[in-house]
Amino acid sequence: MASSTAFQTSGEDLAAQIEAIAANAVVANGDIDVWVDSDRLVEVLSGLKKNGFEMLIGVTGVDYIGYFEVVYHLLSLSQNRRAVIKVKCGEGRVDPVVPSVVNIWRGAELQEREVYDLMGIRFDGHDGMKRIFLWEGFEGHPHRKDFL
Amino acid sequence: MPLKTEPITINVGPQHPSTHGVFRMRVTFDGEEVVDVEPIFGYLHRGSEKLAESRTYTQVVTLTDRMDYVSSMTNNLSYILSVEQLAGIEPAPRGVWLRMIAAELQRIASHLVAAGFFFQDLGALGTPLILTMREREQILELFERLCGARITASYMRPGGVFMDAPEDFWPALNRFLDDMPAHVDQFEELVSGNEIVQARCDGVAVVDSQTLIDASVTGPMLRASGVDWDLRHRQPYEYYDRVTFNRPLATASDNYARFIVRIHEIRESLGIIRQCIEQIEPGPVRPETVPALIRPPVGDSYVGTECPKGELGFYLVSDGGVAPYRCKVRAPSFINLTLLREMLIGDKLADMFVTFGSIDINMGEVDR
Repeated sequence: MASSTAFQTSGEDLAAQIEAIAANAVVANGDIDVWVDSDRLVEVLSGLKKNGFEMLIGVTGVDYIGYFEVVYHLLSLSQNRRAVIKVKCGEGRVDPVVPSVVNIWRGAELQEREVYDLMGIRFDGHDGMKRIFLWEGFEGHPHRKDFL
Repeated sequence: MPLKTEPITINVGPQHPSTHGVFRMRVTFDGEEVVDVEPIFGYLHRGSEKLAESRTYTQVVTLTDRMDYVSSMTNNLSYILSVEQLAGIEPAPRGVWLRMIAAELQRIASHLVAAGFFFQDLGALGTPLILTMREREQILELFERLCGARITASYMRPGGVFMDAPEDFWPALNRFLDDMPAHVDQFEELVSGNEIVQARCDGVAVVDSQTLIDASVTGPMLRASGVDWDLRHRQPYEYYDRVTFNRPLATASDNYARFIVRIHEIRESLGIIRQCIEQIEPGPVRPETVPALIRPPVGDSYVGTECPKGELGFYLVSDGGVAPYRCKVRAPSFINLTLLREMLIGDKLADMFVTFGSIDINMGEVDR
């Protein structure tokens, strides 16, 4: 059976690619994932798009209590590869914010709104940063660990 | 002197039969032409991702059924593959074959629903829909034999499936495989030989492939624009590398192309099921070593699979406990709606729902 991780770009390869795009933007790397500096995110991701990762598969927010993390899953149709980029949105829980990638991929439009609505992470540069599933005036962000 | 007109804004849905669930749009018309669309989501939001955080890995399977509720088997499969990757579970071969058969049957059922409602949206009320629902009913009956449930199957488990197919399932499946090709031919003839359908769908709501890729659109919608991207072929999971099948493509990327790609995919799925039946061997459907309460090591996993609507993926984060720390769903129905506004603007009122239907969404998955 084909392994589902077979098409992942290894963390080291990915870190080397990013180093060539934006020097010193890599914070750390794991087996298949790379953490980048949130200030350099747009630079890194637009560079990766030029390197062949044409599609933004997913944007996810995760609440690690001490901090929030945003995970970007990228896909290259031409090279048949996937990549995972992670960004830590600063320390603490107050007003987590990362730059929006909506100008790089249209596909981020609804997904970033979803993360904002349910996880409360703001995407700087997204024009329509408003709730998507819940109604305006709803208090709190349900996917946060302290909501319930 | 020209007639003075002004744009009018109409609220469509959420309780509207053509919105395929509870979807709402604020549509502005200039005469008969759509000039602006504002989609409004959330009427079916049940917080499935949050609910998953307080259930064990096996219990979450029931939640995935209720996301895309016309395609529960493929949802099960996508989730289970992500759990297996996270926990390092090696599935039993017979379980894998059964999962593939179930998933392909479900793909046929889902495409039949899409095709039937497509006609409904075109204004052909009743007959075509009943034709497709009749065939879908056969698949639901097969599911009932397989696992006791018709819609919300919950058939799959980490490591395989929860029970082997009963003896009477196999003859029933073979009967279905024998009957189905003629029904698909008949249905395709209804479309390809129908001048009204052609005139209504050709060249309506065309989107070029570059825009689709940029907007993260996957599945039949992307293949209808000529991009040969099918995860079963390009990034095979399960035993898809042991079966052969074609990837039906279209290049027009209009409503008709999106529809016909689905019809052709039904034929390929039938072929895949036949190959599965040839290769399946007796044995356990689930390894005994899989514990009842799965505690994956700390870490995360993402597996995307080719579902009827596009790439469905589950991003799971484990903190070492019995329940996922985070369970994020990459819902194709939701993401494929990114381009809805552009696709609808310029359409006529009557084509609006055809275009909407050609995206093939399921509100259970959009809102989760």
